Amino acid sequence: MRALRRWWPLVGPSLLVIAVALGGQFLPLSTQLQVRSVLVTTVIVVALYVFVGNSGVISFGQVSFVAVGAFAAGLAAAPADVKPTTFPKLIPFLAELEIGNIESLVLAAAVGGLFAFIVGIPLMRLSGLSAGIATFAVLIITNNVLRNWEAIGPGAKTLSLIPQTTFFIQATTGLLIVMAVAYVYQTSRYGRRLRATREDAAAAQSSGIDVHRERLWAFTLSGVLGGFAGGLLVHQLGSITTQQVFLDLAFITLAMLVVGGIGSLWGAVVGALTIAGLNAFLAEAQRGITIGSFDLELPGGTRLLTLGVVMLVVVLFKPTGVTGSRELTWPFSRSRFPQPASPSEPLGSSPGEGAGRSEVEGVDPSATEQ
Amino acid sequence: MSFVQLLIDATALGALLALVAMGIALVFGVMRLVNFAYGELITIGAFTLVLTKGWPIVLRVLAAFVVVIASSLLMEVIFRPLRRATAATMLVATFALSFLLQNMFLFIFGPQGETIEFLAPLNRAIEIGDLRIRWITIIAIALGAVLLGFMSWLLGKTSVGLQMRAAAADFTTARILGVRAGRVIMLAFVLSGFLAAAVTLVLAVQRPLATPNYGFVVLVPALVGVVVGGLGKLVPATLGGFAIGFATVVLGDLLPSGSRVFLNSVLFAIVIIVLLVRPDGLFTGRTGVAERV
Repeated sequence: MRALRRWWPLVGPSLLVIAVALGGQFLPLSTQLQVRSVLVTTVIVVALYVFVGNSGVISFGQVSFVAVGAFAAGLAAAPADVKPTTFPKLIPFLAELEIGNIESLVLAAAVGGLFAFIVGIPLMRLSGLSAGIATFAVLIITNNVLRNWEAIGPGAKTLSLIPQTTFFIQATTGLLIVMAVAYVYQTSRYGRRLRATREDAAAAQSSGIDVHRERLWAFTLSGVLGGFAGGLLVHQLGSITTQQVFLDLAFITLAMLVVGGIGSLWGAVVGALTIAGLNAFLAEAQRGITIGSFDLELPGGTRLLTLGVVMLVVVLFKPTGVTGSRELTWPFSRSRFPQPASPSEPLGSSPGEGAGRSEVEGVDPSATEQ
Repeated sequence: MSFVQLLIDATALGALLALVAMGIALVFGVMRLVNFAYGELITIGAFTLVLTKGWPIVLRVLAAFVVVIASSLLMEVIFRPLRRATAATMLVATFALSFLLQNMFLFIFGPQGETIEFLAPLNRAIEIGDLRIRWITIIAIALGAVLLGFMSWLLGKTSVGLQMRAAAADFTTARILGVRAGRVIMLAFVLSGFLAAAVTLVLAVQRPLATPNYGFVVLVPALVGVVVGGLGKLVPATLGGFAIGFATVVLGDLLPSGSRVFLNSVLFAIVIIVLLVRPDGLFTGRTGVAERV
């Protein structure tokens, strides 16, 4: 029981994910497709959260790791007999390669992580908006290269005929793995050091924390998870273009994270499931659906308008997100109120980056041992 | 293309992006808010010109200014709850507004967009020797110079300008010393709306098709320029906007034609290098507190 309680911030969200995935099984076939897409989007948001949520540094660049992962997995897994004809300029190694599903996911994660590590070495020295714009620049460059350098990318064409293997099991398992990694990281000493730099970079630095190194760790881990998410994505869609993993995805996933609550895993999961779920529901509703005896058919365009309104309203009036950037609290505690936040809360938070983001489950000794 | 021609074209785009950059920096100065939805003000201006097709030119110009400045003030009201929010929240909020507005334009006007039909004859070129200069290029440069001059007069020589600069330097202290926060912020939005309307008029001649992302495609390079130049201060930010416009045209010419598709990569690689070397901005002098870790 105690163990369950300790791991509740991971177990709770996982149960929600499993419930959503299982619930999706009872929906019509076309809607199941949407459920899968919601799950994969959630993987991307959790990967984004691992860096942005823990470090407090805004990054538009994590989608470039999703993109790199997606094309690594897609190009490696697409059938070798058609690749040379559709992509004549592809380097022979890639053109002849044809690997299985698990291998391609591992490859995607590795490529994403490696790319993030290399990019992160110089970039993690930046903070604030400079970091935001620099990561944005990485995304632009990644897209530009994938789109135009046909030796390693698909160019402007659609990469298709990728085996569709991200079904219910793979999407759910993938998401659960990524969430577990994210949670173990954020409660590890590395994660806590990074969170200390988020709350007060100067104080953390004077306590002996190497801000650059901690950020680089998280950035690389986020790259691994992002690449993996890209692999899942490409195996879910079956075909993909460079524009599908570009600015729109970067902005929408960041918005999902902020809507849910930027500073907690629970926030990332809730934000992604809510917004991606709403998106999927409205997409279906535009095509016309029947709920009970009630026929609903929304005019085209309502989907994006509604999403915009919801995102704006949440961010304006609940800036810490719908979860308040807190982890899920144990529902059976004796007190009527959730556990008190960590003791430093009343002084620490406010004007800076960390408003209302303290750990809920108390202070881990490893956080202070630096 | 001759060297002088290149310089003129680069200056024209630079001047335009400098105006956009200044509009972004004005608001950032008083509110620490990077307004992603600023581009949508330009789009609103463009669609105002579309809807006023057939009116006398003076009225169309007037309508554009009125509508854009009013929209800018409306944005100020929308962003009021954000005054104490974190940087991430602000960024996502303005992005959400931008996303919402773009989709609203998409909903109303459709993805193909509408022709603006505004002063098209200004696209004709005058030829001096082997130079071909379009009238609108001259106007863009002149307008940029005049407006930048006007803004530096307003900010440098008037009382409201002093208040704005004080607020930009240190908002809390400025308030303690009697600067009225609400008024200064509102003024910043009016001025940035005014600049957006001016940019719209030039763009409407150069790019006569109003699409839902009409302003957004101008906003992105300007925003990058603002950060590269130095976000906290007006002049550096404006210079940054100019630099990015100038560099785009010059690089586009320097790159061999086969690799011109990689223009964005080269440009943004330079952006990254500049940010790494001078994280406080290229044109801010050595006074800033380094944000590197």
